[in-house]
Amino acid sequence: MDSIIFYCIALFILISGLLAVTARHIFRAAIWLLFTLMGIAALYFWMNVFFVAAVQIIIYVGGIVVLIIFSIFLTQQAGQKMAVTSAKQSVFSVAAVLFGIAFIASIIGRFYFVGRSETLNDSVNTIGTQLMSFTNGYALPFELVSLLLLAAMVGSILIAMKHKTENKNN
Amino acid sequence: MNEGLLVILLLFLPLVKFVVNRLFIGKKWPVLSGYLATLILIITTLLSVVLAWQYYFEYGKINGTYALFIPIDEPWLSFSNSLSINFTILVDALSVMMVLVVNIVSLMVHIFSLAYMKGEDRYGYYYAYLGLFTFAMLGLVLSGNIFELFIFWELVGISSYLLIGFYYTKPEAVAAAKKAFIVTRFADFGFLIGILLLGSLSNQFDIVQMVGSLTSQQTLTQGAGTSFIGLSALTWACLLLFMGAAGKSAMFPLHIWLPDAMEGPTPVSALIHAATMVVAGVFLIARFFPIFQLDGTVLTIVGIVGAFTAFFAAIIACTQTDIKRVLAFSTISQIGYMMLALGVDDNILNPHLGYTAALFHLFTHAFFKSLLFLCAGAIIHAVHTNNMLEMGGLRKLLPVTHIGFLVGCLAIAGVPPFSGFFSKEAILFAAYQQHKWLYAVALITAFITSFYMFRLYFSIFWNKPVKNEHAHEGNWLIKLPLLILIALVIVTGFIPFGNFVSANGKPLLLPMHIGFSVIPVLLALLGIGYAAILYFKESNVPASLENSFGLVYSTVKHKFYIDELYQFITHKIIFNGIGNASAWIDKQVIDKLVNVSAGLTFSFSIAIKKLQSGKVQQYLLIFIVGILCLFVLFLV
Amino acid sequence: MPEVLQKILWLSTALFFIGVYGMLTRRNMLAILMSLELMLNSVNINFVAFNKYLHPEKLDGIFFFLFIVTIAAAEAAVAIAIIIHLYRYHKNIDVGETEEFKY
Repeated sequence: MDSIIFYCIALFILISGLLAVTARHIFRAAIWLLFTLMGIAALYFWMNVFFVAAVQIIIYVGGIVVLIIFSIFLTQQAGQKMAVTSAKQSVFSVAAVLFGIAFIASIIGRFYFVGRSETLNDSVNTIGTQLMSFTNGYALPFELVSLLLLAAMVGSILIAMKHKTENKNN
Repeated sequence: MNEGLLVILLLFLPLVKFVVNRLFIGKKWPVLSGYLATLILIITTLLSVVLAWQYYFEYGKINGTYALFIPIDEPWLSFSNSLSINFTILVDALSVMMVLVVNIVSLMVHIFSLAYMKGEDRYGYYYAYLGLFTFAMLGLVLSGNIFELFIFWELVGISSYLLIGFYYTKPEAVAAAKKAFIVTRFADFGFLIGILLLGSLSNQFDIVQMVGSLTSQQTLTQGAGTSFIGLSALTWACLLLFMGAAGKSAMFPLHIWLPDAMEGPTPVSALIHAATMVVAGVFLIARFFPIFQLDGTVLTIVGIVGAFTAFFAAIIACTQTDIKRVLAFSTISQIGYMMLALGVDDNILNPHLGYTAALFHLFTHAFFKSLLFLCAGAIIHAVHTNNMLEMGGLRKLLPVTHIGFLVGCLAIAGVPPFSGFFSKEAILFAAYQQHKWLYAVALITAFITSFYMFRLYFSIFWNKPVKNEHAHEGNWLIKLPLLILIALVIVTGFIPFGNFVSANGKPLLLPMHIGFSVIPVLLALLGIGYAAILYFKESNVPASLENSFGLVYSTVKHKFYIDELYQFITHKIIFNGIGNASAWIDKQVIDKLVNVSAGLTFSFSIAIKKLQSGKVQQYLLIFIVGILCLFVLFLV
Repeated sequence: MPEVLQKILWLSTALFFIGVYGMLTRRNMLAILMSLELMLNSVNINFVAFNKYLHPEKLDGIFFFLFIVTIAAAEAAVAIAIIIHLYRYHKNIDVGETEEFKY
């Protein structure tokens, strides 16, 4: 029963992903992306890591996809059909991708992973304690990432800002 | 050492003059460069006189023979311990005599040119090239290493080229310069192979040691042993050396460049093509004489070629009408005499008489030939034409030149008491001892020599009444060298030459038999008389004689069509045959190869140029394909 | 089910290469960004799966998941800012049109 659910979720993810990269209208592609991300969250739910699933939904679906949809509207691409790439590029890309999947999958197939079946305790309490511990934790990367967020915020505002001279030219 | 310093100064002052004149002052202050050049050469001549005095009278004689000294021996390029190209200066009787000759004649030419070349374009450069020539010639006679000799040999060739082609706007001058250089270069090819042969046989490049090694018994057998087409290695080496000498000294058949070289200015002809450069070949054989003596065949060939050339050139000279051409052919003839003398030198009958006779003739010939050329220069300067048929009766207008020319002609004809008589006697005597046939040829040539020289003399100074009343002699700068040379020609006959220069260093008394000398002098006077009959007064006799000889005469006048023969060989055979084939190979095969490889590269680059398309996604594709390949490589 | 780890890994591989295909093929810059998100998500799946099935006592995989999510968000924000700026400047966000490096 468990595995049937897993296969359904996996199928859903793959089909949505394929449609996301091949849709002709960009808005539809964004929606398919949204479905893919939801599917991945469902996978995390199935794996019993609930905190991770929650973070996935909040940030990816609720943040990034919304951001993408905003920018689709800002660049006025919503209703139009997108251009098609050259046939040569598509053929070679498909070939490379299929070869890549086959190769990596075969390498993965060689390793016999013995999984353990204990539960993973991912309560916020545990996550917080272990993340911030000074001995075995990731306190420094945490701080650096927050710095990165600050820089990204400032940078994106600066890049996307309309300058006064541009206004006059426009 | 004192003589070392002397020699160094002697050698390098003319080089300094060349550099200064050519690079610095030649263009802007030509007159100054002329006087500076003459001044430097006066110093050099004085130094050479001092050197000669010191060598011959003070320290040269050791145990009764004139020894050789080596003041400078600097290694330059070493191939092995013994085989190395050094800068060596060799002071012995031969080189000191040559230094004296070169310097005196060069000085006369410098003084003469001050007036003759006045007002010419590139006057400063002219003196620079004269300086280069003097340096090269002095280096040649003073060099003690065979490669060094070759280097100076080529330098002499270059200066000759520069000076013959001095009037480079005249196409004939340019052609003559090229011809001279190419012919001598061709001869030098043989010379170089000869040098390499000698070097390998004796394992030395230093002349003294080479001679010593080659005359030792062991190398002699080895050298005579290895053979190639029937001649031993030693014979080949000597023959090739003689080929080089024949080119520079204009022996048959490499004589073709010398008559054309008269396109250069007359003082240049006096210096280079009469007195100094053309005797470089004789000097070469004299320098290597001990080696040549080992092989009798080569010496015989030298003698025969010399005699033949003397006769051949004398016949041609009878028909030429350009003053300088006549003098050129007479130079060829006299050098033939010198070669003849070297060729008949025999160790047995009259030890080394030929060697001394040849060098004595070189010594006297330098003076009387340069006297003749400078007089010719003065005549040309006065009447502005080279053709002797247009001249006549100039004896009243050009007195000093007249005396000079007369003295020169008497000397070359071998009339006593002028110097030519003494040296010619010595040659004839040496030939008589050895080869009666060569003696006969030399005797006949002496008759013809005096005939054509006096034909020239009478045509210029007596024959017709004067055409150009306004011709005048040059100023004192032209007369002074003539006077000095006249004095030298009269005096040098009486120098006991054999006391100073001889093959083994021991003084040699040149024999003087009155009875023997009667025949040559009689022949000379007969020649003068015959020329006088034909040319003293204006008459048609010469013209009718020419017509009666007809075809023979015109063949001789065209110098036996040898130039045409050379043209034919080079144009038809070498250019068309070999040249065209090589050009075809070069264009079709080699160039095609290069073009094809370039074309391949070009097509390849066009093919891969599409990789740089500017499309980011294409780059990304290639990137990912590359990573996958690396995965395959490392993970499989 | 412990054996499911391999299947999850295959899933994430397929998802990754789907993202690669999108990145190589799409001409709209926003579509490329979306493909990039797919790739990042596949990596996330890997981290979490390894953590859960191989080392359930530690939480390092989840930490990395958090970091990657954060960084992906920041990167998406900056990328969109750049795209908007480019749109204002060129009125066109088609990568096929940018050929300044063409031979």
